[in-house]
Amino acid sequence: MPYKIVAEECTNCAACETECPNDAILEKKGTFVILADKCTECVGHYDDAQCVEVCPIPDCVVIDERLPRYAA
Amino acid sequence: MQARIIPIFEHKPVGGCGATGGAGKSSCGSAAGKGDLPPEVWEKVKNHPCYSEQAHHHFARMHVAVAPACNIQCHYCNRKYDCSNESRPGVVSEKLTPELAAKKVLAVAAEIPQLTVVGIAGPGDALANPEKTFKTFQLIQSSAPDIRLCLSTNGLALPDYVQTIQDFNVDHVTITINMTDPEVGERIYPWIFYKHKRWTGRDAAKILAERQMEGLEMLTAKGILVKVNSVMIPGVNDDHLVAVNQAVKSRGAFLHNIMPLISEPEHGTHYGLTGQRGPSAQELKALQDKCEGDMNLMRHCRQCRADAVGLLGEDRSQEFTTDKVAAMEVNYDADARKAYQAFVEKEREDQQAAMQAELAGLAEEAGHANVLVAVATKGSGRINEHFGHAGEFQVFELTAAGAKFVGHRRVDHYCQGGYGEEETLETVISAINDCAAVFVAKIGLCPKKDLEQAGIEAVEEYAHQYIEQSLVAWFKGYLARLRSGEAVAVERGQGSLRQGAFVA
Ligand code: SF4
Ligand code: SF4
Repeated sequence: MPYKIVAEECTNCAACETECPNDAILEKKGTFVILADKCTECVGHYDDAQCVEVCPIPDCVVIDERLPRYAA
Repeated sequence: MQARIIPIFEHKPVGGCGATGGAGKSSCGSAAGKGDLPPEVWEKVKNHPCYSEQAHHHFARMHVAVAPACNIQCHYCNRKYDCSNESRPGVVSEKLTPELAAKKVLAVAAEIPQLTVVGIAGPGDALANPEKTFKTFQLIQSSAPDIRLCLSTNGLALPDYVQTIQDFNVDHVTITINMTDPEVGERIYPWIFYKHKRWTGRDAAKILAERQMEGLEMLTAKGILVKVNSVMIPGVNDDHLVAVNQAVKSRGAFLHNIMPLISEPEHGTHYGLTGQRGPSAQELKALQDKCEGDMNLMRHCRQCRADAVGLLGEDRSQEFTTDKVAAMEVNYDADARKAYQAFVEKEREDQQAAMQAELAGLAEEAGHANVLVAVATKGSGRINEHFGHAGEFQVFELTAAGAKFVGHRRVDHYCQGGYGEEETLETVISAINDCAAVFVAKIGLCPKKDLEQAGIEAVEEYAHQYIEQSLVAWFKGYLARLRSGEAVAVERGQGSLRQGAFVA
């Protein structure tokens, strides 16, 4: 649940969209967003959050502090 | 919009390649000339501006930017940097869908008959975006089957796609290989994304190097032509690139293209910000000379933007922006394209023949003389650009073997709106100060004098004539003048390399 993309940092490269195992990432009005209800923090798929690992920009994909962490 | 018009000049062929008195593989052609290559390879490369030095005078390429994602990070790249005022390789200002990209290709092909090659080169990695890349190829192939396809990759994902590459009839692949040694690699690549994980340091470089070599071997085993690009980073991989050259040569790479690092602080790259410099023209040429041996080395690379359109050394991408293409009605005329390409074939043969004929008697006169000269041209293999309008100069080396293209120097146009500016002239001079002469279609009196003071002779006599033939003819006269004392050989400068990708 809790990852989000910082819109000002995002370059719209779509790398994260391809890697997300849950199809939780999509382009919306020219920037990429994570659908909170689809994101599992990659739990059940990979050890690391794919969007964070692949994103070329530091601190572009971050934990969304407003939401509770995902619990499987 | 106006199509480029190629002037036709009277020319009597004086003898073909065989006419210089040799059998078979005579001295016909330079770095990527017909004589040096097996026929099936020549067929593939002869109209490819990036693979054949000769072809780059006549044929055009375009890149379509359908692949924004990347799977590695390089210290010479800043992924945030995406601005149309500035540009460097792999950077693009607009992203295209595969459908729009295919339409753009047809629109350009209809407008520019020289277009023979379409490549996908980024701004990310073509194979980190496999669906978009191969969908684009499929659409282009179904509507314009005469256009050749190529792609560029960092090689990390390459082994997984070699079969697909073959299935889609992609016949040229470029791999960027900057190292084979992970100790060198860790100073170039901060991280890679591989098997759902981010790898850093030496591990990352080791995986990348292994995947690159594996992909290269798989491609050459299938007969797909591979060009290797290497970025020369002084103090990091400059010495090591000789070993890279060996490694890729032994695995069957067809061409090795060593390019200077582009690194300016305002690009915001790691190298730019940490003061890592790029090489001088002399350093680059020295390394290229060291690597040349029996392998084709590419010296005419312009480090194009990922959305470049046109002949190498020109960029017409502004005529084909996404909005304009979307609104265009495309009229694809395969016959007109064929006619143009046939004309060029003839023209190229004539140019080669003319140079061969001119070579007669040169060997004895030239001895070990070695002179660099600069040429202002807008393509077609002729000296056809005004000095003040030149955005770049092509540099040729003159020796007993004739004229060989060895590089290009980008400059600001000296003529800005009708008058020249002293400062610009100085930078032009410093860009070609290793040359004895500059060949132009025309030049004003003042710049001519200033050049002369800098020891560079401005030559107008060969305006609109074939480049190589003219250079050899001039070289003979120059040698004679040296002998008679009328001309003196002087100490020459370093030739400074302009930073940044080519924008017209
Ligand atoms: S953390 Fe994993 S599941 Fe969540 S958006 Fe990123 S890639 Fe998708
Ligand atoms: S990988 Fe990062 S920069 Fe690229 S689209 Fe996703 S969030 Fe944006």
